[in-house]
Amino acid sequence: MANRKKIGWYLIFTVPLLLIFTLIVLVPFVIGIYYAFFQWDGIGANPMVFNGLDNFVRLMEDERFLRSTWLTVLFTVLSVITVNAVGLAFALLVTSKLKLANLARTMLFMPYLIGGLILGYIWQFVFLDVFTLIGDVTGLESIFFNWLNNEDFALFALVFVFTWQMAGYVMIVYIAGIQGIPGEVIEAARIDGASGWQRFLRITVPLLMPAFTISLFLTLSYGFKIYDVNLSLTGGGPANATELFAMNIYNEIFGYGNYGYGQAKAIVFFVIIAAITLTQVYITKKKEVEM
Amino acid sequence: MKAIGNWSKEILLILMALVFLSPIYIIFINSFKNRLELYDNTLAFPEEFSLQYYSAAMQRMDFLNAFLNSIYVTVVSVVFIVILSSMTAWMLARSGNWVSTVIFMTLIATMLIPFQTIMMPLMQMVTGITRTTGIPLYNTLSGLIFMNIGFHAALSVFLYHGFIKSIPISLEEAATIDGATKFGVFWRVVFPILTPITATVMILNVILIWNDFLLPSLTLIDKDLRTIPLSVFYFFGEFTIEWNLAMAGLTLTIIPVVIFYIIAQKYIIKGIGEGAVK
Repeated sequence: MANRKKIGWYLIFTVPLLLIFTLIVLVPFVIGIYYAFFQWDGIGANPMVFNGLDNFVRLMEDERFLRSTWLTVLFTVLSVITVNAVGLAFALLVTSKLKLANLARTMLFMPYLIGGLILGYIWQFVFLDVFTLIGDVTGLESIFFNWLNNEDFALFALVFVFTWQMAGYVMIVYIAGIQGIPGEVIEAARIDGASGWQRFLRITVPLLMPAFTISLFLTLSYGFKIYDVNLSLTGGGPANATELFAMNIYNEIFGYGNYGYGQAKAIVFFVIIAAITLTQVYITKKKEVEM
Repeated sequence: MKAIGNWSKEILLILMALVFLSPIYIIFINSFKNRLELYDNTLAFPEEFSLQYYSAAMQRMDFLNAFLNSIYVTVVSVVFIVILSSMTAWMLARSGNWVSTVIFMTLIATMLIPFQTIMMPLMQMVTGITRTTGIPLYNTLSGLIFMNIGFHAALSVFLYHGFIKSIPISLEEAATIDGATKFGVFWRVVFPILTPITATVMILNVILIWNDFLLPSLTLIDKDLRTIPLSVFYFFGEFTIEWNLAMAGLTLTIIPVVIFYIIAQKYIIKGIGEGAVK
């Protein structure tokens, strides 16, 4: 009797959420794997044709898709480097003993709160007008021009804006890490005659490994999945030069109406993201230093 | 000598932060300018602070309506997420049998699934349900809220679960001996202790749901259901961009975020830190 009551409470507490979760996340995920083996245009009246692994084979020969994959990898690698470098620099600056450090921290975090879509539009104007203006005034027209119109620079513009968005976010993670380093350790190193740079490389960096794990994980997965900024800043252009993975999937399914093929891409997308993030967490966890 | 050095460092720090935020400043000042002024010098201060572009932008974006939709969707979603995921997490954390472990692991594993992987089958299912059963999941705000709960369940349960594991069980046991039901124990004893993590869960979900674009863009079709990101997107899509109007529109969308940030700044930074670290 008591046991029955216990199970009853268990169900009352957990079933509502788990039911919604199953319906919204798990079921579509499973159906999605099924769809990936069919050729279908998404119109209910039209037949779904089973074509085995054809969709996945076709992926390997799809120039647009391969280019998009390469661009996404390039974007993610560049972004992970810049976001973490800038974020760590910010964190070191605002954990110094300066009086205005708190104010600066508040300001630097601000962009993250404004959604990616809106950030993209803001920067569209900055590249269009402010960059060209700075170019005119300073004469540095080879650096300051509208990056968004240039097939090579448009991707850098995405990296730039993504860094602007995420630097403040990873800064918060690094701040937590830096504040967790005991002052005595740094002090002891100073007394032993370690220079500022040595103290940073030999003490701060190793002790920040947990913060690196988290930040790398976050920037890797956010970078790989970028969509909103991509949509509003470049829209994939010019000439598909910035059509990244997530956008390629969206366009394949809802733009070209290739539901089955697009879904196969979406499954590959999931496998890649899972593989990258799990490997990365595994590797950096091993390097963490026990205090 | 050292004092002067520190002062210059302070000034440099703030200058850097100001340059960092300059795009927002540029959007703000240009939202008051007419076309001529705008293209004359983008960085100059406006000659007069006319609000005419704001009223035009508000009309075109149907801003007030979009704002209310965003508030409604965000608040109701977050309330449900907090209630349901704290209850679930508590049961999972305290029952300690293999079923709970499997459920918890499944929740965590799904956090790796990108939205793009499930968006198409989800939309197929949702439109199918609406068509065959008449349950209004598709093209309604309630449907969007329902989906938000599903998508943000995993992270929220995860955060609550970690916190619950760190608090002693003795209080709950004492309340159980006093004859309180599970429901009573949870809401009177446990939930108040969860306040710090509830703040974190709320902040993280508010930011994610407020700024979400892709899911609402797929589920909401009617114009009067648009949330803020949707109305901005269509605003930029429908017209050849009149930048002064566009910038007034962008400023309008930033204002609520800035107000929210000023009010809840301490909790936001703390919440983001905790959310990320766990």
